[in-house]
Amino acid sequence: MKTVPPATAPPPSRHRPLWRRANIPAGAGAALWLAIVLIPLYILVSATLRTREDYLERGALALPTAPSVESYRRVLAGDFLTYLFNTVVVTAACAALVVVLAVTVAYSVVRTRNAASRRVFQLFLLGLAIPSQAVIIPVYLIITELNFYDTLAAVILPTAAFALPVGVLILVGTMRDIDEETYESMALDGAGPLRTLLNLTVPMSRAGIATVGVFSALQAWNGFLFPFLLTQSRDTRVLTLGLYDYVGEFRVDVPALLAAVVLSVVPIFAAYLLARRQLVNGLMGVGGR
Amino acid sequence: MSAPPPIPASARRAESPHPSSPAPVAGRRRARDTGRPGVLWAVPGLLFFGLFAAAPMVLVAWLSFTSWDGLSAPAWSGTENWSRLWSDPAMHRALRLSLLLTLLSWAFQTPVALLLGVWSAGHQRSRAVLSAVFFLPLLASSVALALVWRSILDPNFGLAADVARWLELGDANVLGSQRGALLAVAFVAAWQFIPFHALLYQGGARQIPRSLYDAASIDGAGTVRQFFAVTLPQLRNTAVTSSVLMVVGSLTYFETVLILTGGGPGSATTIVPYLMYETGFRAFDLGYASAVATSLVVVATGVSLLMVRLTGFGRMRSTREGM
Repeated sequence: MKTVPPATAPPPSRHRPLWRRANIPAGAGAALWLAIVLIPLYILVSATLRTREDYLERGALALPTAPSVESYRRVLAGDFLTYLFNTVVVTAACAALVVVLAVTVAYSVVRTRNAASRRVFQLFLLGLAIPSQAVIIPVYLIITELNFYDTLAAVILPTAAFALPVGVLILVGTMRDIDEETYESMALDGAGPLRTLLNLTVPMSRAGIATVGVFSALQAWNGFLFPFLLTQSRDTRVLTLGLYDYVGEFRVDVPALLAAVVLSVVPIFAAYLLARRQLVNGLMGVGGR
Repeated sequence: MSAPPPIPASARRAESPHPSSPAPVAGRRRARDTGRPGVLWAVPGLLFFGLFAAAPMVLVAWLSFTSWDGLSAPAWSGTENWSRLWSDPAMHRALRLSLLLTLLSWAFQTPVALLLGVWSAGHQRSRAVLSAVFFLPLLASSVALALVWRSILDPNFGLAADVARWLELGDANVLGSQRGALLAVAFVAAWQFIPFHALLYQGGARQIPRSLYDAASIDGAGTVRQFFAVTLPQLRNTAVTSSVLMVVGSLTYFETVLILTGGGPGSATTIVPYLMYETGFRAFDLGYASAVATSLVVVATGVSLLMVRLTGFGRMRSTREGM
């Protein structure tokens, strides 16, 4: 991606590749899409700073002339913090479960070379294609049989199971890049599988592990179907389900409803600012389910 | 971007299950095998995945042959659900709507995602900054985004009301009309998922060898010509991946429909997953809902296999042939 040395560069400068000079139609298109993305985001943020009456009277686009945090206060006065706490628990548990299980599965797939381990890998590849909605009914059956209905475990277990195939796929990719020689020298030192995993494989695949953690955390944070159908009481409600519930609770109080939306995405936006690369990798972990 | 590796790596391994050195020194051999985990290490992950994802796949097919209200035990009812499904107008309609929504989503999302992705693959500072903004919708949940759009499309207090006033349209009730509601679902889903597909195209576009553009520009091709002659053909594999994900994704939109339209007005947006939800968890006819769910899997798998076959992606032809 370096500039071509002058000897081979095409002489007329109008034939530069597309990213070399301003491209006006492309710029205009990008500006249009920017507006399409930003207007809803503007409404989302500005509405939360206005009062309910102001919003109903002056419409969605008006500037917050007298900004107030009243709507945030209204949201926080309710059960929002309970929902947030539940979401944090679910997210942390999911990420931990997926990381531990994906690391062990990927380690076994990469380091055990036999038919059984190839079968295991193929099974997880097939798992990528299972849409969660298609199996929600049997999952409901299993969760009720296990007496997990309406507990946080009912959300954590299936969410983690559905993030596992992507985790395995990412980690198999990362772990394959570790050289055989390094493993051999570990083995010559007499290290068993566990020590090899902890002292060599895990440190060498930190990037992949971070991606898997972020991917599964995002799935858990934003997941809706499992909490929606597998929990019902207020004590086990997670944020996404809480938001859905606010529709009924706040009705025409749009600022409060949107304030809840803002509060629910702030942690992810903060993570995006701090660790954009990992987050994007985590998002792209395959599949937009 | 650490793209997960495709399957061939495992196939390569398959050819040489064991190192084929004819007479390995005993010490080396031991060194190779001590420190190796067995397949047992995969068992916890496998059990977990099996119980909550793989077994349900089999169970849903079995449940589709039962009658079950969610309280008592499922009772075998033979092919009753399936013959009912076959002749159920609600199911036919849901299937038609799902396919229509999928088609709309594909036709809208692909060009925009492709252009945005190629545009954001450029290395200018301004493009990097704007792309960071473009990808913001990806971070929020479907529920959060659907709520924002629900407020915007509100016919009395949303932006839709203002726009209708400015343009002097009598009615701002997009979600109240049959066609408007379906278009709204397609638009909101596109707004949410375009960034994801743009990222795929961005990754694809960044892998196109620079020399192709240099060659094209020596031949006198301008920006537009280069886009059609170099960029598009080189993005073929990306386009297939993105399209398959898009199709399977749009067959399973649920949150957007639930929050934006509740399947209505009437049943104008009752797509297959929503029908399954209504039948299973509203009417508690879980056996029949299982048949609906099973057919969803069949349709999704069928459509994606068909696409892979039609585009010749199964042969995985490299776009770099002869280079």
